[in-house]
Amino acid sequence: MDMNAVIRSVIASGPEIIVIVGACVLLMVGLVAEKRYGRLLVGATLAVVIAAAAATFALAGAPRTAYGGMFVIDDFAIFFKLVLYLATGLTVLMSGRYLEEEAIARSEYYALLLFALSGMMIMVSGLDLLTIYVGLELQSLSLYVLTGFFRHDPRSNEAALKYIILGAVSSGIFLYGLSLAYGLTGTTQLTDMATALAHGRATDPALILATIFLVTGLIFKVGAVPFHMWVPDVYEGAPTTITAFLSVASKAAAFAIVLRIFLDALAPVTEIWTVLVAVIAVLTIALGSFVALVQTNIKRMLAYSSIAHAGFALLGLVAGGPDGVASVMLYLLIYTFMNLGIFGTVVMMRKGDVRGDMIADYTGFAKTHRGLALLMLIFLFSLAGIPPTAGFFAKFYVLVALINQGYVALAVIAVLLSAVAAFFYIRIVMLMYMREPTRSFDLALTPSLRLVLAIAGLGTVGIGILPSWFLDLAQGAILTVMR
Amino acid sequence: MVPLSWYLVLGAVLFVTGAAGVVLRRNVLIVLMSLELMLNSVSVNLVAFSHFFGDFRGQIIAIFVIAITAAEVAIALGILVALVRNKATLEVDEVTIMKG
Repeated sequence: MDMNAVIRSVIASGPEIIVIVGACVLLMVGLVAEKRYGRLLVGATLAVVIAAAAATFALAGAPRTAYGGMFVIDDFAIFFKLVLYLATGLTVLMSGRYLEEEAIARSEYYALLLFALSGMMIMVSGLDLLTIYVGLELQSLSLYVLTGFFRHDPRSNEAALKYIILGAVSSGIFLYGLSLAYGLTGTTQLTDMATALAHGRATDPALILATIFLVTGLIFKVGAVPFHMWVPDVYEGAPTTITAFLSVASKAAAFAIVLRIFLDALAPVTEIWTVLVAVIAVLTIALGSFVALVQTNIKRMLAYSSIAHAGFALLGLVAGGPDGVASVMLYLLIYTFMNLGIFGTVVMMRKGDVRGDMIADYTGFAKTHRGLALLMLIFLFSLAGIPPTAGFFAKFYVLVALINQGYVALAVIAVLLSAVAAFFYIRIVMLMYMREPTRSFDLALTPSLRLVLAIAGLGTVGIGILPSWFLDLAQGAILTVMR
Repeated sequence: MVPLSWYLVLGAVLFVTGAAGVVLRRNVLIVLMSLELMLNSVSVNLVAFSHFFGDFRGQIIAIFVIAITAAEVAIALGILVALVRNKATLEVDEVTIMKG
């Protein structure tokens, strides 16, 4: 590799380098800065994210590969990176006060958040199973530590332990699939794999085995049935801001690699995985929707809700084609806004001795806080998929893609199950509006948390008003091979 | 020379043994050891394929896998130490307090 190629590669991975250097600097600064510099840390983290976003914008244009074809900057990666920056930025903004309330305000938190972000960025830009694996592990390792960030809380310890053990199992399964795929094709570069598999027969048992292992490893990361059992425990035990981050950023990055691997490398063997993924998607929506009905803890309920949403987004993958990919991408963007919004309202309830993570804590909330209750209503309606909000269009475009591909039965099942899902979101709305408050509400609202809620609210309503503009944005950013 | 299939069988046996250990054993430390077995089976596969094809890709990936697994186990043990300080047990069933 000559010098020019090295320089080109470094420029192409500029945003990742900015984030990693920023995280290292934050680690150093944390050693000398004292607690009262909390705001400085928030500001510095945001500055790193914004600098990375600016670098990403500067790289937009024709797709270019780097590092010998292992890394790519295309519109698909840029779209997902922007979703990741949005999710990280909003998470950082809602963290400051929450960390003080929980007495875990430490600089490592922000550094780990940035390391997780850089891992996700490598995942979405990875064009080789090796780069994807390394990015995946970088984000997972950071998230394991962040999940266990309440060192003195047994629930947080338990969540982190379950997450790391099941995460390592899924990595092992994914790697075994990787080794078989390498054995079959002689390469791990996604485009070369697709070329090598073009002549493969879908009945080849080794190929079926490799595909099943890869599917299984990836399904775990998006939290779909039957590998969903870590989701509720991790979401409940982790700090709420990390739960929010996990549910949107980690999920978006996981879907990015799912789309890239399935629709690029494994595209020639589509018939092996389509049925598998369709069954998994339906089971995931069903389990998520029904089990969420009986939850009393709002973080746990949102965990099952996120399982159901992951199932819905998987249906977009089943539909495939440019429309299917664009619908999944739009779904993840919308989900980022509405889910961070609802988690913002969970974060704001945490003050003093009030944990504020039970659904009953919201009883009569609308009687005293009309504006905030209305905002929560918008987020909940959006999660349920009720028309004027963005959540409706997220589901709508997935269903359109499904029906266009002739999967009418799947679309009907998905609609029926989302009617079940609507029930538990509307139950919270009913608690807020129809009941008398049992306690006075003392909210940990800071200007930055207000900003998060405002941005999330604007996004949820804005995409609901202009869905076609955002759909065009997603369609302009689909994988190059799909065009 | 030992044929490729022997290595693949060894890899498969190691992987299944590791997976069985993760599912069946109730002690966290033994679960972590079983995990190592699963990940090492992957390295066996990769190196065998790499030798068979005569290229370095598989061996490079194996080195990455070994390094990342070491980091993973370090974090797992760190989490375990934090957990044991709060609750002196290594049994998976006794750790569990969240359900539903």
